[in-house]
Amino acid sequence: MRISGDDPLTRMGKIDFSGVIKQASLAYVPDVKVGDYVIVHVGFALSKVDEDEAKNVFEYLKQIDELGDLKEESP
Amino acid sequence: MKFLDEYRDAELAQKFAREIHRITTKQWKIMEVCGGQTHAIVKFGIDELLPKEITLIHGPGCPVCVTPLEIIDKALEIAARPEVIFTSFGDMLRVPGSTTDLLSVKARGGDVRIVYSPLDAVKLAEANPAREVVFFGVGFETTAPTTAMAVYQAAEKNLTNFSMLISHALVPPAIEALMSSPNCQVQGFLAAGHVCTVMGFEEYFPLAKKYRVPIVVTGFEPLDILQGVLMTAQQLESGRAEVENQYARAVRREGNQPAQNLIKKIFRVVPRKWRGIGEIPQSGLGLNDEFTAFDAEKKFGVAESRVEESSECLSGLVLRGQIKPHECPAFGVKCTPEHPLGAPMVSGEGACAAYYRYRRRPETIPAK
Repeated sequence: MRISGDDPLTRMGKIDFSGVIKQASLAYVPDVKVGDYVIVHVGFALSKVDEDEAKNVFEYLKQIDELGDLKEESP
Repeated sequence: MKFLDEYRDAELAQKFAREIHRITTKQWKIMEVCGGQTHAIVKFGIDELLPKEITLIHGPGCPVCVTPLEIIDKALEIAARPEVIFTSFGDMLRVPGSTTDLLSVKARGGDVRIVYSPLDAVKLAEANPAREVVFFGVGFETTAPTTAMAVYQAAEKNLTNFSMLISHALVPPAIEALMSSPNCQVQGFLAAGHVCTVMGFEEYFPLAKKYRVPIVVTGFEPLDILQGVLMTAQQLESGRAEVENQYARAVRREGNQPAQNLIKKIFRVVPRKWRGIGEIPQSGLGLNDEFTAFDAEKKFGVAESRVEESSECLSGLVLRGQIKPHECPAFGVKCTPEHPLGAPMVSGEGACAAYYRYRRRPETIPAK
């Protein structure tokens, strides 16, 4: 992502969608920095992806696995 | 793409499915509100991974589908005017009004253009000062901050040749309308993650409490939806009715404050008619008094009309979750994406279009 402009309401970013580069407004994500991942809808970044939270789905699955193992081991 | 591919892992999806099978003991009906989720469910066959006790009911969360016929007719009338450049997201163009659609207006010489963003329409207005540029503002809370910004920028630039035909809808009042209807069968909701990126999920706490219904804010990838179903089923099985957030990588409890601030500045909450459902109080957005100069309905003086839906199209029942698309006699016969009778066959978020694309052969339609 590359960022241009200082005015928070007209700040634009170049967003890399796996190789396709598109401009998007950063008006609603004032704290994003180059390198962040954002969710874009009709030319506007609406939310920054929280990388820690993103891992939670997989942590949850790991816990299910561990619980399953415990059950299999118990007599 | 990062944060996308890993949420489509087939093996991990099976793990979630096994856990859902393990914990489910009773019959549950869960509604996914958003049409984007419906498409993912039908495309990836997520419903086929679930135990037979769990039925997914497809919700009304397709903005194109619930745009009233009267508004489409107004769009057609405005788009046909010679001075107008009528701009819209692509999926509105084939949606049938009472007599024709925007694509046919374009074929007869109307200047109808597809834009990617409402801001593209503002740019067109700047570049074409002798023409009237109208944007068809259709969408839920996810889209409202983008149309709000278009109006805001047009006002800042003193553009007098830009206006908007607005048909914004709000999700929580629709959930309330569904829950309070006497024949409601829904016992749990997957709330639409992208609506909540903007609005957060505080609005859902009173609904979960009042109707004793679990509401889980859920994302759009297969693993998201499976985890959302698992969290909802866990609540139902243990008798809880809480608001939970499966999509925490994108959704914060308070939502996106700058976006909400601009929505409040530009719009006010108004009653609104939903195609196939009827009028729902406080479920739409209209322009605040300060911005009425950008109201295309007022600018072009289009008249209110009362029109009847095609009786062959059962999209109202589909949108209320009372029938599945393939149960409609017109499905795939008289009604196809090329010649749709109703909006859910057109939109990328419409349930009928999802079934047409991914479930047309009878053997791919689950029996339940």
